[in-house]
Amino acid sequence: MEETAQTESTSGAAAEAAPEVSQTISVAGAQPEIIPDSENDQLKIGLGEFEGPLDLLLYLIRQEQINIYDIPIARITDEYLRYIHLMKELDIAIAGDFLVMAAQLIEMKSRMLLPRDPLAEEEELIDPRAELIDRLLEHQKFKAAAQMLWSRATVERAVFTRAELETDKNNPEVAVGLFDLLRVFQEILARHKEEVRLEIEREEVSMAEMIERLRNMVRSAGEINLLHFFQQAQTRRELVVAFLSVLELVRLSEISLVQRETFGEITARATS
Amino acid sequence: MSEAGKAKKAKEVEPSDAETADVIAAELDDGSEVEGRRDLSAAELRGAVESLIFVAEEPIAAKTIADVLKIEVSEVDETIQDLAGEFDQRSGGLQLREIAGGWQIATRPEHHEHVRAYLKSKPSAKLSLAALETLAVIAYKQPVTVPEILDIRGVQSPSAIKTLLEKRLIVARGRKETVGRPMMYGTSKEFLIQFGLKDLSELPSIEDFQDLAGGGS
Repeated sequence: MEETAQTESTSGAAAEAAPEVSQTISVAGAQPEIIPDSENDQLKIGLGEFEGPLDLLLYLIRQEQINIYDIPIARITDEYLRYIHLMKELDIAIAGDFLVMAAQLIEMKSRMLLPRDPLAEEEELIDPRAELIDRLLEHQKFKAAAQMLWSRATVERAVFTRAELETDKNNPEVAVGLFDLLRVFQEILARHKEEVRLEIEREEVSMAEMIERLRNMVRSAGEINLLHFFQQAQTRRELVVAFLSVLELVRLSEISLVQRETFGEITARATS
Repeated sequence: MSEAGKAKKAKEVEPSDAETADVIAAELDDGSEVEGRRDLSAAELRGAVESLIFVAEEPIAAKTIADVLKIEVSEVDETIQDLAGEFDQRSGGLQLREIAGGWQIATRPEHHEHVRAYLKSKPSAKLSLAALETLAVIAYKQPVTVPEILDIRGVQSPSAIKTLLEKRLIVARGRKETVGRPMMYGTSKEFLIQFGLKDLSELPSIEDFQDLAGGGS
């Protein structure tokens, strides 16, 4: 209903649309904004910054000027459900969290209506709202903390340090690039070329065997120097297989590669 | 030669470039210069500390400076306080500040417009409200699990956690020995840096936000 009306006015000025909206859909004084998106003829509906059910509840409490320590559950439940209905009407996918809260509110409402058990122990006479109030207060504190973080970050973004120098070491945790790996590989290849070898027997190592060998080495030692691993290779072919098995284990995230400084040695480490 | 050069500097005499070059060359040649470091004058010490803070890639700890200069940490602390005072007095474009457990020379925020104009940088992408709230919960409750975060925020926050991990603001802190062994998260050093904190104790107490929370009436 509103949607169709609004779709027509998307071509018109957004300013005209706004008052209509606030008249037709106003829940607990909340005025959800409908922002016509002229670019792709779609309606964006901003329901305020309600991140979740606790946010919505806090909003309603503030809107209704209710004392947070003495929430009239019946009233707030009604308001809350109206809002949920509105979201449904506007065809907004309602997050499950909102429905869970609705159920909790309704349960609380019915518990408040029931007469208290006169035989109940003192301890059982706890206000059914207590837990909700605690959660709301806690939530509000963290919203304020988030606000504080936001202002800190804003100031910090205005502070700059000197630009990076060439001598700066890379972050040790930064993963090794493919080129670093290739460079190590080539280093070894070059070394092999220099050596004059008399090959008599040819021993083939399969990819699976090599992967198993690397896996065992990393597992038993915790971390190994890749250079040492490659050096164990007897033939060019074996070296290629060794290289591929490193790539394979990295792909399977069984090991991670760490280089502490630029052009430094690369170590393979078992991923926890 | 090196001692003579140092004495000259201590007297605040500006050596000519050629003289300075001689001194540096002599010091570089002389392998034994390490021992001579203990008797730096206050002015030299300030200069040495300042230069270390300047070249350090990350905020540099007083302990690290002390190790390099072979002096006591307390001496470094004193010198840094002096230096910070100098920076404040001058109120120039730079500040010397304590952050993430170390010291750093950085621009003052009031000059950000000009710095950005030069670096051609836009303010980096802001965190969403959801991510900020999640970060606030993690910062105050760490180490904390996803279900515990859900409890406080009242809403699932998988994408917020992912964003925070990608931005390296939070790190995994092992698993909690409870049903399902959920992963626990805590804030990282990067968090301290990006939010300009010396350490976590500099965060205002969460109870201080109580006043804001109580205002329902």
